[in-house]
Amino acid sequence: MKLTLKIWRQANASEKGALKTYELDGVSSDMSFLEMLDLLNEQLLHNDEEPIAFDSDCREGICGMCSLMINGEAHGPEVTTTCQLHMRSFKDGDTITIEPWRASSFPIVKDLIVDRSAFDRIIQNGGYISANTGSAPEANSVPAPRDKAQRAFNTATCIGCGACVAACPNGSASLFLGAKITHLGELPQGQPERYSRVQSMVGQHDAEGFGGCTNIGECAAACPKEIPLDVISQLNKDLRKSLILG
Amino acid sequence: MRGSSVRAVATTTLIKGARSTRSTIALKLLMAASGIVFILFVLLHMYGNLKAFSGELAYNEYAEHLRTFGEPMLPYGGLLWILRVVLLASLVAHVGSAVALSMRAHAQRPVKYAVKKNKASSLSSRTMRWGGVALLLFVVWHLLQFTIVKINVGEGGQAVDITENPYRLLTAAFQPEQWWMVLIYLFAMLALAFHLHHGTFSAIQTLGFTNTAESRARARVAGWVVAIVIAGGFSLVPLFTVFGVIS
Repeated sequence: MKLTLKIWRQANASEKGALKTYELDGVSSDMSFLEMLDLLNEQLLHNDEEPIAFDSDCREGICGMCSLMINGEAHGPEVTTTCQLHMRSFKDGDTITIEPWRASSFPIVKDLIVDRSAFDRIIQNGGYISANTGSAPEANSVPAPRDKAQRAFNTATCIGCGACVAACPNGSASLFLGAKITHLGELPQGQPERYSRVQSMVGQHDAEGFGGCTNIGECAAACPKEIPLDVISQLNKDLRKSLILG
Repeated sequence: MRGSSVRAVATTTLIKGARSTRSTIALKLLMAASGIVFILFVLLHMYGNLKAFSGELAYNEYAEHLRTFGEPMLPYGGLLWILRVVLLASLVAHVGSAVALSMRAHAQRPVKYAVKKNKASSLSSRTMRWGGVALLLFVVWHLLQFTIVKINVGEGGQAVDITENPYRLLTAAFQPEQWWMVLIYLFAMLALAFHLHHGTFSAIQTLGFTNTAESRARARVAGWVVAIVIAGGFSLVPLFTVFGVIS
């Protein structure tokens, strides 16, 4: 199939960027979205043009490296990551607008690549449990209720891709933050640091410049891992409790 | 997670001893709490307005009772002054946190998307800020009209018997000749319904009471109920006045 692509080109963080239009022929519906971009880059290299810079790593939907705002939807029209989006979701003759995640806390490095190390710093500032190293303890020595374990596992599927921030009109990372708080807070191992964790992670979130949550739900709809909105309620509840507990 | 090969590691600064009382979530909690004060107030206000259906005597008696409420423990009009102070404090908290959070949101996205789809958000959730401004302007007008200046749009001038008679001030405002006044109030109630529809849900979520899909669905229903009951209840009085049922 033949596509018209409008792609954000930006040489580096300080230069101004703009959407540039490309025509691409010979796209197979079996290609993944990133393979389609690879094809475009081959064409650009052939014409001695600068290829388009975009992030990818595992290309199997588990690493959280790929991003892209595709026609105004984070990771495109399907509930999956951009690397697992296939061209069969588009039609011959379509115009596809591709933009980077837009948030001051995710500065653009080049073209479609943004620097998401703000998420790493949020994790560094409390997104862990403290446990002694050494031989693994007997698995059943710390009982975890099934529903809590289930919720922890479900929220642990967050890959930190940043789609929630990209989709949020406030550029809030509350869904990411909520997923981590819920994941660690539901398990017995997460209890000792539960309330100091929420305070320092929220503090880091705010210091990074992410916006406040207005509970509109665009984040959960954009999440490739279908993290539900209730993790933000959990985040709010834990912070509220931490304020009371001091 | 990904490493930051792009920037030097030295840019990494971790916040120590974060002041959670100054966080975005604390601002949201303040907004939720002040919003609940407003919801309780408009419920009470709507109940009072519906007294218009009981006639002039009952309506004016209720208005006077609001002033003598709590006497002799409270002075005359004491309850109203307590309400005014609480409402003004809530307004400062509500608008202040809204402005602070809006400014953060704008700073976070200086470059807008060329194409952006709304996949899940309701229209009411996307109109909170401008809807809030519209409601604030309406409240200013409404207070000038019925409390501060007592603008009698109906029968001209400031006839004492009308401004001193809450029932007649009300009925004079919504006569068929002032159909535009009815429209202003109906439009304001639409704005209020929108604001309450998302605001109620959002407050419940901000307070952390929607930790399951079921409780979230219940909070959404609460948003609908509060919006319809309050905006609908308020709209009855101008509508029934302009059509002559309340006269």
